[in-house]
Amino acid sequence: MNAQPETGIGASVRRREDFRFLTGRGNYTDDINRPGQLHAWIVRSPHAHATIEAIDKAPALAVPGVVAVFTGADMVKAGVGSLPCGWLINSRDGSPMIEPPHIPLSPERVRHVGDQVAVVIAETREQARDGAEQLVVTYGELPAIISMTEAIKPGAPLIWDQAPQNSCYDWEFGDRAGVEAAFKGAHHVARLELVNNRLVPNAMEPRAAIGDFDRGTGEYTLYTTSQNPHVIRLLMGAYVLNIPESKLRVVAPDVGGGFGSKIFHYAEEAIVTWAAGKLHKPVKWTADRSESFMSDAHGRDHVTVVELALDKDGKFLALHEKTLANMGAYLSTFSTCIPTILHSTLLAGVYTTPVIYAEVRAVFTNTVPVDAYRGAGRPETTFLLERIVDIAADEMGIDPVELRRRNFIPKDAFPYQTPVALQYDSGDYFTTLEMATKAADYAGFEARRAEAARRGKYRGIGVSSYIEACGIAPSQVVGALGGRAGLYESAEVRVHPTGSVTVFTGTHSHGQGHETTFAQLVSDLLQVPMESVEIVHGDTNKVAFGMGTYGSRSLAVGGMAIMKAVEKVVNKGKKIAAHLLEASEADIEYKDGKFQVAGTDKAKAFGEIALTAYVPHNYPMETLEPGLDESAFYDPKNFTFPSGTHICEVEVDPDTGVTEIVNFVAADDFGRIINPMIVDGQVHGGIAQGIGQALLEGCIYDQQSGQLLTGSYMDYCMPRADDLVSFKVETHNVPAVDNALGVKGCGEAGAIGSPPAVINAIVDALSSLGVRHVEMPATPHRLWQIINEKRAAKAA
Amino acid sequence: MASTVTMTVNGKSVTGAVEARTLLVHFLRETLGLTGTHVGCDTSQCGACVVHVDGKSVKSCTILAVQCAGSEVTTIEGLATEDALHPMQEAFREHHGLQCGFCTPGMVMSAVDLAKTNPDPSEHEVREWLEGNLCRCTGYHNIVKSVVAGAKAMRG
Ligand code: FES
Ligand code: FES
Repeated sequence: MNAQPETGIGASVRRREDFRFLTGRGNYTDDINRPGQLHAWIVRSPHAHATIEAIDKAPALAVPGVVAVFTGADMVKAGVGSLPCGWLINSRDGSPMIEPPHIPLSPERVRHVGDQVAVVIAETREQARDGAEQLVVTYGELPAIISMTEAIKPGAPLIWDQAPQNSCYDWEFGDRAGVEAAFKGAHHVARLELVNNRLVPNAMEPRAAIGDFDRGTGEYTLYTTSQNPHVIRLLMGAYVLNIPESKLRVVAPDVGGGFGSKIFHYAEEAIVTWAAGKLHKPVKWTADRSESFMSDAHGRDHVTVVELALDKDGKFLALHEKTLANMGAYLSTFSTCIPTILHSTLLAGVYTTPVIYAEVRAVFTNTVPVDAYRGAGRPETTFLLERIVDIAADEMGIDPVELRRRNFIPKDAFPYQTPVALQYDSGDYFTTLEMATKAADYAGFEARRAEAARRGKYRGIGVSSYIEACGIAPSQVVGALGGRAGLYESAEVRVHPTGSVTVFTGTHSHGQGHETTFAQLVSDLLQVPMESVEIVHGDTNKVAFGMGTYGSRSLAVGGMAIMKAVEKVVNKGKKIAAHLLEASEADIEYKDGKFQVAGTDKAKAFGEIALTAYVPHNYPMETLEPGLDESAFYDPKNFTFPSGTHICEVEVDPDTGVTEIVNFVAADDFGRIINPMIVDGQVHGGIAQGIGQALLEGCIYDQQSGQLLTGSYMDYCMPRADDLVSFKVETHNVPAVDNALGVKGCGEAGAIGSPPAVINAIVDALSSLGVRHVEMPATPHRLWQIINEKRAAKAA
Repeated sequence: MASTVTMTVNGKSVTGAVEARTLLVHFLRETLGLTGTHVGCDTSQCGACVVHVDGKSVKSCTILAVQCAGSEVTTIEGLATEDALHPMQEAFREHHGLQCGFCTPGMVMSAVDLAKTNPDPSEHEVREWLEGNLCRCTGYHNIVKSVVAGAKAMRG
């Protein structure tokens, strides 16, 4: 390999997508306008919980330009189905989770502020909005349940009649008896209650969708801000609107960030597609940011108790987790697997903890549905693990770095079978820890703490060693765990007669730079110039099939499918070359862009073989078809396991409670890297989101009324340039064993590793005051209160 | 309610019908089809919509189209020449200052204005200046690098 060192695997090739984005030529969904298009405005519930008593359409229909108004009752009458949930979780008693219906427009009852009640369609967006303001909806208000702890109390009002105590499922996992026994014999038990704060993903591009219907062909087209157009086609076509795949095209063009929130099949996609079919005109909807806040699936929102048992040397003996996980009012597409399959299976972390037991109860509340957000379950695992390890270190008087080292899975223990189902293929936690402590000058920290103290500041340092499971996922494992989909990926490598190449991938790029990375990969594997490789994604009429991009899977699964298809192209090329060169196929090797008879100078260039495949005058027609166009599906053997250590150093100002990040270091193992520049960028972005979770971001509902208090950028604190510093990121890459590319994935690591590093640093900074834990987000207000309470208590 | 407005956009005189409530960003995107300027919020917080009005960076979601009558407006589409990217665009490309590209037009337009008033900004000054531009992808790390380098390139 490395035939083209300046563009091949390992080169920081500048991105080919940048020219269009930098010159305003990107093509995002809201940039698309279809001839004759109408505009939709969604009427959303102002109440957290209410019955819909009556809807009077007449005043809305009287507004100039308004063409139609549709309600949930209209959808039910037309036989529109329910937005499906993609993962079945069974409760500990074996009963299946409660799976309430989710009609795109709510027919009888609204269950969160922002719930879809009706759609007003007009000639302009302003007219649709004016019409929506005139629609008269009569609600019968019901008591709202916002807090999970309230929701599960006996006698609490029910959000779904079929879900007693608002419980979706009550799941357990692991070895209960083993954990109980280990706790009995433990030298020390560390225990912590913590909250993983609810977040709003906030991709900068608001969601948008355009439905289109061609009466001539009967074909529907949906343009949508999605991370996985084929999944949307399948879910919307098969479950909601009853349109066969052959009559439904889904296009996800340039998408302005996703972070998980654009995986799911949303109501608005079905609403505009269905309305386009009814009105025989394109229907466009673009969310206002305020709508995004109350309709994009939120992330995290766990309340957890974690306990760690240790022996006298600080060896971990057992871990127990008990979690309440918020589902919101409906089950979003992958909501149910986030706090279970994607969360508890990682409770071993990077440690040799021999027995583990998890109990997770999923709860309905009158809030926006919760689903995957960058990391999806794994940041929650890492946060509870890395906090409890620090608590244990503090209680036992062991340095937190030393305690981690004592419990790391040894370098020679791979493949390592954890007690929670996953088998780690590779890793080297010691080296990334070493790199991070060195880059952060961990050893010299106490001098910096003392210097800061002289300036009246509290300085602290925090370590977090994480692991995540990426490359989602082996289909049979997924199926056995309740997943209702296969999670392979597909690719097609189409070699054209002149030797240029178009690659079709089922993954989707919404910032990750696949058009560059995959072109590098194919250029390297096929030994053709990168300029002659084009990458196509995001359109179900171009790409045969695909499962999309999430869970850091694009390269580990999608890249592998591409590699398989390239291998097929090379193998077919060998057959053609053997014929032309009158040699045996076994003697042909492909090297430097040439099919060569081994040990001779007889060779045919890649371009000649491509031309022969399409102009097959001299061709082994009896045994070989013409053409050079191969596709492949790849189903991974295992997950991949990126890991690493993040270290954060902070200064807290006791007068204001403001935390300043003074240093942030990440040392990660991502396996083999195709484009280091892009990988670093992914890590930066992830760290920023993780710091956002730790310091700034928190989605807050009024506990009585269920109103979303953080419904705009005025109230929800996004990390801005002046909140952050430049990060020090390094890698120590141990190639993955279970895929031939050796790649692991890097998209989520930053958001997984960083929150506990920040909170551990803050707790360390305030440890002299007796602070043991700080909840996220550690806002100035929260810290100021803690500091003042602790100081007052000390003075008393 | 509709009236017409005339302004110069990217060096060309344009006239279009607008409502009194039409924001500059909607006039650019919908009437002129200049979709490089983006809308990321409804509270003037994100900066995805930044353009230049009479040489100054302005959030085009915060100004009415009629207020720009007679003004010179430059959008991201007007920054590069036929043959070459603007040095600030080039710096963003070179330093991987963009991922999904959605915040990018606003970031670049803001950064160009900064470099005009402060030709040699420090990292800290860049961070302060960009406080009104949200990016969810890059963590700002490479944006800051890009802006420092872009300003340097603009100094020549
Ligand atoms: S669109 Fe967000 S500031 Fe203008
Ligand atoms: S590059 Fe995606 S928001 Fe900035």
